[in-house]
Amino acid sequence: MTVFDITIQQIVNGLILGSFYTLVALGYSMVYGIIKLLNFAHGDVYMVGAFVGFAILSFLSGLLGDQWAGILATMVLAMIAVGFLGVLIQRLAYRPMLSAPRLSILITAVGVSLVLFNSVMAATYGEYKAFNTGLDYEGVTMGHIHITYTQMVMVASTALLMVVLHLFISRTIYGKAMRAISIDMDACRLMGIDVNKIIALTFFVGSALAAAAGVMAGVYYGSIHFFMGFVIGLKAFTAAVIGGIGSIPGAMLGGLALGLLESFGTQIPWVGTEWKDVFAFGLLILLLIFKPTGILGRTEIERM
Amino acid sequence: MADTSPPAVPVVKKGGLAVLEERLFRCFDDRRNRYGAYALLVTSSLAIPFVGDNYVLEILTNSFFYIILCLGLNIVVGFAGLLDLGYAAFFAVGAYTTGILTSHYGWNFWLTIPAAVVFSIMAGVIIGGPTLRLRSDYLAIVTLGFGEITRIVARNLKDITGGASGLIGINRPSIFGLELYQIHHYYYAFFALVVLALFVSYRLQHSRLGRAWQYVREDEDAAEAMGIDRVAIKLYAYIIGAVFAGVAGCFFAAKMTAISPETFQFMQSATILMAVVLGGMGKIPGMIVGALALVLFPEVFREIGSMRMLVFGVVLILMMIFRPQGMWPERRN
Repeated sequence: MTVFDITIQQIVNGLILGSFYTLVALGYSMVYGIIKLLNFAHGDVYMVGAFVGFAILSFLSGLLGDQWAGILATMVLAMIAVGFLGVLIQRLAYRPMLSAPRLSILITAVGVSLVLFNSVMAATYGEYKAFNTGLDYEGVTMGHIHITYTQMVMVASTALLMVVLHLFISRTIYGKAMRAISIDMDACRLMGIDVNKIIALTFFVGSALAAAAGVMAGVYYGSIHFFMGFVIGLKAFTAAVIGGIGSIPGAMLGGLALGLLESFGTQIPWVGTEWKDVFAFGLLILLLIFKPTGILGRTEIERM
Repeated sequence: MADTSPPAVPVVKKGGLAVLEERLFRCFDDRRNRYGAYALLVTSSLAIPFVGDNYVLEILTNSFFYIILCLGLNIVVGFAGLLDLGYAAFFAVGAYTTGILTSHYGWNFWLTIPAAVVFSIMAGVIIGGPTLRLRSDYLAIVTLGFGEITRIVARNLKDITGGASGLIGINRPSIFGLELYQIHHYYYAFFALVVLALFVSYRLQHSRLGRAWQYVREDEDAAEAMGIDRVAIKLYAYIIGAVFAGVAGCFFAAKMTAISPETFQFMQSATILMAVVLGGMGKIPGMIVGALALVLFPEVFREIGSMRMLVFGVVLILMMIFRPQGMWPERRN
């Protein structure tokens, strides 16, 4: 393998990793942008998404097979199901807390995370589940580099989801309402925007994107477990901060940046794979010291 | 629609139960009653080793340990209003300091305590320094990350920390020639620590610093306008909390004689936070209630076992919605 081969290989790995981070980071950033809540449970929503996908796929594989058709249908259904789960979480746990002190709502989010995490642990007896698909390792080979079609489709579908999300936020009336609420919630209420409905919609979209990432992770890694959401939740938050939390293009940029940084970071001899999580968190702490607003974030002036 | 509008004047319900509750709190808030209650607690705690069996002593020693951790976290969460989700990391710093210094370098146990204090302060400054300038949400997630980093470091530095299997054979401490090895020795050691932690907590709560914490917690901008350096006093809270956990960690290592990275998982931090919330953030006697509830709950309800954290999660959400002040709220005038 030449340096060039390694570089290409790491770019591919970084893009895949970055896709997962981006999809989860978007949910963090959207919710933060609209109600200023750091939804700790978001990593667990991703994990639930993987398990819902697992359940749906094992049911659908009889009808549609366990290849592209089955996986696509699984992903769409899992996104819808987990989207509604997000709405349910928002309705039961966060909505009563909207005007409560920030500490209370953060603790509520920790509670939601514990509930999701432990229910899946109890349901699966803490075991790993094999996420079996009929996809093989076919793909394009260039010299020493082999890129599977699965990898290409995953990066492409992440890109597609991002484009759709961008159009949704910038072109539709609902997206406009979301942007308006993030600026001034009370004014929106006076203007006749159904704020609760839009917040619920934000949770739906954020959770659906996390579910998409969860299903993709299941397909890509081939096994899922109840603890998979914890670290990715932290990493996705790091990604959201890199891009500037609350900013949607920022989350996309931050996710890809973190994915690439991490995959190149593990190539540094003294970093290695067992230190890759420390590398990402170290990056987060450095970033918070030197550039807490991130690449695209706005400086927060008021602190009231 | 209606339930998200900003709250008007909070409605105070004055039912029969609320009146009873009010009386109960007044009774406990009274200084004389409180001293009476503490005197009763101290005497009964000192007497227990003469009557209880090893099981009871083990449970109570464990409760004392959690009371110290809760009192420490209470300074961060209750007094200063900062959310720390990686509190177990500081307890790991203390435990590993004692473990490594006694087993690799042959230090005396008592000398490792000042070392653990220094390392806890360093860890507190490294994590708190940059993040406390920002919104409190950042602190929460950075501490979550820090807890995870500590665990990974403990697992990866195999030569020093023993890796995933941990450190074993940590030397027992001795005091005036008496080696501490039986459960009632540790019972009294932890009891002394609880008394010390309670004393420090009370002194801090009513100190100049304690009042500054309360001010910053209630209204950061007003506090800053009154000349309080909010970053500095938050950092003090964070560091003092870290030192509590660090010292508790030293004794934990000595009692267990073996420590492994898995003891310091996120669940450990979440459990301590749970006890603080349950007891009522900011309320010192509440920490005793919270820690006892936390340790006794799995002993009483053995059959639910692994579902414990699920129940905790639900309780945490319900507490925040219906009773954010905890079982034993702070009375505010």
